[in-house]
Amino acid sequence: MPDPVLIASGLRKTFGDFTAVDDVSFSIPAGGSLAIVGESGSGKTTIAKMIVGLERLTAGSILACGNDRSRPARSSRDRRRRGSEVQIVFQDPYTSLDPRQSAADAIDEVLRLHSDLAPGARGARVAELCGLVGLDERQSSCLPRMLSGGQRQRVAIARSLAASPRILILDESVAALDVSIQAQVLNLLADVRDETGVSYVLISHDLAVVRQLAEQIIVLWQGQIVEQGQTGRVLDNPQHEYTQRLRASVPRPGWKPTRKIA
Amino acid sequence: MSALLTVENLTVQLPAGGSLRTVLADVSLSIAPGEALGLVGESGSGKSMTARAIDRLLPPGAQASGSIVFRNQNVLDTTPAELRRYRADVAMIFQDPRAHTNPVRRIGDFMTEALRSRGVPQAEALERAVETLEQVGVSRAHAVARQYPHELSGGMLQRVMIGAALLTSPKLLLADEPTTALDVTIQAEVMAILDELRRSLGLAMLFITHDLELAAAICDRTAVMYAGQIVETRASSSLHSDPLHPYTAALSAARPDVTRTLPRLRAIPGRPLSAFEAPSGSCAFAPRCSHASPECLANMPDLISLDGGMTRCVRAAELRGQLEAPDA
Repeated sequence: MPDPVLIASGLRKTFGDFTAVDDVSFSIPAGGSLAIVGESGSGKTTIAKMIVGLERLTAGSILACGNDRSRPARSSRDRRRRGSEVQIVFQDPYTSLDPRQSAADAIDEVLRLHSDLAPGARGARVAELCGLVGLDERQSSCLPRMLSGGQRQRVAIARSLAASPRILILDESVAALDVSIQAQVLNLLADVRDETGVSYVLISHDLAVVRQLAEQIIVLWQGQIVEQGQTGRVLDNPQHEYTQRLRASVPRPGWKPTRKIA
Repeated sequence: MSALLTVENLTVQLPAGGSLRTVLADVSLSIAPGEALGLVGESGSGKSMTARAIDRLLPPGAQASGSIVFRNQNVLDTTPAELRRYRADVAMIFQDPRAHTNPVRRIGDFMTEALRSRGVPQAEALERAVETLEQVGVSRAHAVARQYPHELSGGMLQRVMIGAALLTSPKLLLADEPTTALDVTIQAEVMAILDELRRSLGLAMLFITHDLELAAAICDRTAVMYAGQIVETRASSSLHSDPLHPYTAALSAARPDVTRTLPRLRAIPGRPLSAFEAPSGSCAFAPRCSHASPECLANMPDLISLDGGMTRCVRAAELRGQLEAPDA
């Protein structure tokens, strides 16, 4: 097993009296994919924010590519290095891009910050990244408002990959997409991982998406891990009562919704 | 049995920059008393617009042709008084309950508004609201009636919306993605409540969703929309295993499967089209369809009957049983 690219130990986050994340530990091997599932308020997005550095840890530690990121970055150089370790793709492709920046410019901006490529080489790299996510030349010169939701999410993915991150956090990144487009983006994410060896942290409430993209899963409930393990094993044979309820709630052929006995 | 609601050849155009854009093209459907019809489609397919047209909630400047008949009354041509009575018979619930409640009014006041405006005394209206809250599985209903929307969770608030919709004893419920914003375990509960109440009250329902399986779980029949048209209507039990239209089959096959990891998802190339983007004079789905042939591009296909369902595909009969089964 390759060395872990991300190690989170004893993560804890409190907001006043409220404990959002309580003693959460996990690790991801290089090129691996870990899903964090749970319902609203279970703490999954808080964990994502702590990994990226958008939220400070109350306790615990995060090690990405061997570097500690439990404390805020102290210099812009430090911050840039962190950007080349971890990137994030958000849920809403309509609000996560600069409306006045074309897809190619958005990607180029990241390359300027995170690479020492000459302008000509940057152009080639932009084209390469656009090709990787399936954006054609016309689309890459478009402003976000001229693109569909699926195309925008491709731009967001290409932009995050421009920093050549070792870890990509996908925070409900396919949740807002139509079924036919979601399948395209999920296939794309599998290809990108094969080609670049990037690791995924997949934050999702959709167990079918999780099964498709992640080998490992942790199930959060009220800020705590209630079950973790190999995705197939956990979903086929859930042990914790909450995981069982989650699994039973997924609509599928022949499914009948049932009322929980309150 | 005669239909409770019949929509025939409904075409809706919306103003866009000086011209009119078609958002619904020739939509026909019917719902029998007590029947649940699912309406499934991707964004821009026209499913919400269909419900809005039925509830006479189209945006200003919209032009509708065709007919919507509810119990022998043409809905597109009513007086304001008739429309008020109609809306007591046809209730609607929405995706985001928070956007459809008044944040500074108590739950009880919000729920009883429709009854009070119909002359029911305050005390009686509140009593009925509390009873209805209990029906939709809200415990401590008296206390909840005194609370404000921000004090309730999304799932609880959606139950309140369902309760409020039921208070005027409607005959038809239009449910526009009522569980999409909810967590999956809460979704299962709200779906169960909707299904139970609908059956016990003999209420007909138009259930709008992007999820084929969700519609199939509580609807007798399901209609699938694409680019402003209905492309297939079929018994929900057959929709997944034996679809008639290539789009329905492709939609089923594109979904990831919670029971296994697929080597590759069968994505549909391209993106869903809105009605005004769709090519005229040919099948709207043809550019993305893996079964398209020259005849698909020659004419706009009509809805044809096949094996108890309806499909808008000229090749439907010959493709029978050959459409990608989701479990292949």
